Amino acid sequence: MPVTTIGDREIHVDDDGFLTEFDEWDEDLAKSLATNIGLGDLTDEHWKVITFLRADAKEQGETPTLRRVSTIGGIPTKSLFQLFPKKPARKMSYVAGLQKPKGCI
Amino acid sequence: MTTAESTSIIPDFGDDDPERKIAFVCSKGSLDMAYPALVMASGALEQGVEAHIFFTFWGMDMINKKTMGNLHFSPVGNPATHMPAALAPLPGMQAMATKQMMKKLEELEIPDVPSFLEHLSDMGCHLWACKMSVDMFNLEEDDMVDYLDGILNVTDFIEIIDGAQTMLI
Repeated sequence: MPVTTIGDREIHVDDDGFLTEFDEWDEDLAKSLATNIGLGDLTDEHWKVITFLRADAKEQGETPTLRRVSTIGGIPTKSLFQLFPKKPARKMSYVAGLQKPKGCI
Repeated sequence: MTTAESTSIIPDFGDDDPERKIAFVCSKGSLDMAYPALVMASGALEQGVEAHIFFTFWGMDMINKKTMGNLHFSPVGNPATHMPAALAPLPGMQAMATKQMMKKLEELEIPDVPSFLEHLSDMGCHLWACKMSVDMFNLEEDDMVDYLDGILNVTDFIEIIDGAQTMLI
């Protein structure tokens, strides 16, 4: 697995740059990841999504899909497209330090 | 020599790529013909692709409030079910096959057709009803889902999907 440097830390990622180690992530790193992909400052709404993603992924063993974030996490799909424009599923996973969702919906 | 800068691996989300567009023409009203377009449109939207679905002929059942929650799957004439051909048309077989498929989809957390369409609409999918089919089935606007973008004749639809990759289902 490749190792990349984010801030002053070495982080394990896959070939696309998504984190592979759940525990290498923390909130400071999330801010750097968001900056990396041009999201700018993370708002409370972003954090609500990230917190749900991390908790659900830890429990289920896989990254939740957009649909799951809306039905289980209670965050409307429309908001996800506003918070993480164009490719919400992948962008939110990246910032939350998770792999891309495997599910289709 | 490698520097920290040159080893950064950041995903390319293609934010600056040219806009893509995809269109599906749904002409079938059976359960197994409804899902492919819904799933693919959802995937396209998640990838930032503008998506349109045009419902025509039996595909109207997917947006008709009376039928959309009650689409069926029939094993008749479908060798992919691997069921002896003589058994497929027996009474109750269609209901059983439909129930089985719905159960499987539910286990996979795939929404039913009405919820799926609403989800697509929330994702920004454009949903269009075919003018000719609306007239043919004597439908009123109230008969169809509220989040429909409109009723279009085919000329207008072709104009709207200019440049789109298009699939007929």
